[in-house]
Amino acid sequence: MGLKETPSQTAGPYVHIGCTPQIAGLEQRAMGDPLGATMVDDNQDGINLSINVLDGAGDPVKDALIEIWQANPQGDLAPSEAFSNWGRQATDLASGVARFETLKPGLCGEQAPHILVWVVARGINLGLTTRIYFPDEDNISDPILALAGTRAATMIATKTNDGYAHIIRLQGPDETVFFDV
Amino acid sequence: MTDQPFKPRDLSWHPPAYFADYRSTHLRAPTQPLLQMPQTRTELTGPTFCHQMLGPHDDDLIINYAASGETAQGARIIVHGTLRDEDGRPVSGKLIEVWQANAGGRYRHVNDGYLAPLDPNFGGCGRCLTDDEGHYSFRTILPGPYPWPNGGNNWRPAHIHFSVFGDGFAQRLITQMYFEGDPHIALCPIVQSIPSDDAIDRLVARLDMARTVPMDIRAYRFDIVLRGRNATVFENQMEGT
Repeated sequence: MGLKETPSQTAGPYVHIGCTPQIAGLEQRAMGDPLGATMVDDNQDGINLSINVLDGAGDPVKDALIEIWQANPQGDLAPSEAFSNWGRQATDLASGVARFETLKPGLCGEQAPHILVWVVARGINLGLTTRIYFPDEDNISDPILALAGTRAATMIATKTNDGYAHIIRLQGPDETVFFDV
Repeated sequence: MTDQPFKPRDLSWHPPAYFADYRSTHLRAPTQPLLQMPQTRTELTGPTFCHQMLGPHDDDLIINYAASGETAQGARIIVHGTLRDEDGRPVSGKLIEVWQANAGGRYRHVNDGYLAPLDPNFGGCGRCLTDDEGHYSFRTILPGPYPWPNGGNNWRPAHIHFSVFGDGFAQRLITQMYFEGDPHIALCPIVQSIPSDDAIDRLVARLDMARTVPMDIRAYRFDIVLRGRNATVFENQMEGT
């Protein structure tokens, strides 16, 4: 039976209600906990990963939803009580920065440590998939990064005091690489 | 890129990143074409969810934000359907999340200042897992149409937002469901950014009298399809990388 995939539509400006209700202000909801808000259990020290999404004017996108999916430090993608591998945060409604507490991923087979990043927002008709790599890892032989050629630098984060920061540019001369996976 | 574990996404079927009549795409649509990449273990896997992660009323928007003994205002509806992949296989145990405006077209969100009042008994957020046959079901109220800033006299058709997970992140999908017979569907730039009427039709839920409960609640059916897979390639790829 040949079916066609359901067409995508934008997540719109109110995506928080469904995916990060704590951001929308649904304080008295009689529902279970927000999913994806916490990646690392209390027994481990995580790293901070901040992600900024900038539009074509260089302004922060303040209504984006970002999901990340990554290996644990051992390179394993099987979620456990200690680490979920998956996180979901909205960009801050005022500053436009999304903040994750996660663990640094390990080598994943022949691939350098990396994080899959998925971005949806008002004005984004089909969710955008990119990756984050690390400036302090050996990325030279990574097969996916190699595909991006001179644009590979758009997928490499910056080291900060307590983790990493990354900027996703939707347009412009340094437009981030987005994948057709 | 042939023989990928997940079948390729038909980008001509989905709305393009840039759509002139949908103003918000102008500064947010990437200008470079998407870069083709081989699917690796990262894209073939994804988070899993279980019933213990959900609350008992997460699939009932009529009561999940309401005061005790009260219910949300509006026309009561069941929204249900089956989650399948492109090969027709039911996709079971997957998280479906929904969000929507209330009966007056107002969202319970700090950024929505529309004239229509909030309903104290409606939050507009729901979620559930597909069952063993891929079926899902919510109870909610019919959302209202509402105006939105797009440079003209723009009104969204009544709609419910859907977020859907599959087996792998490559299948991750967000979309919107519309209601059969709504004249705003033909007028809405967000809907019409989808290239073909056939594709748009897949987002239009049908009144389902078979599931409608007499003297209680009407039902609408909305089936969802995720990307299919090349089964033999899938197993090999998972072991290799």
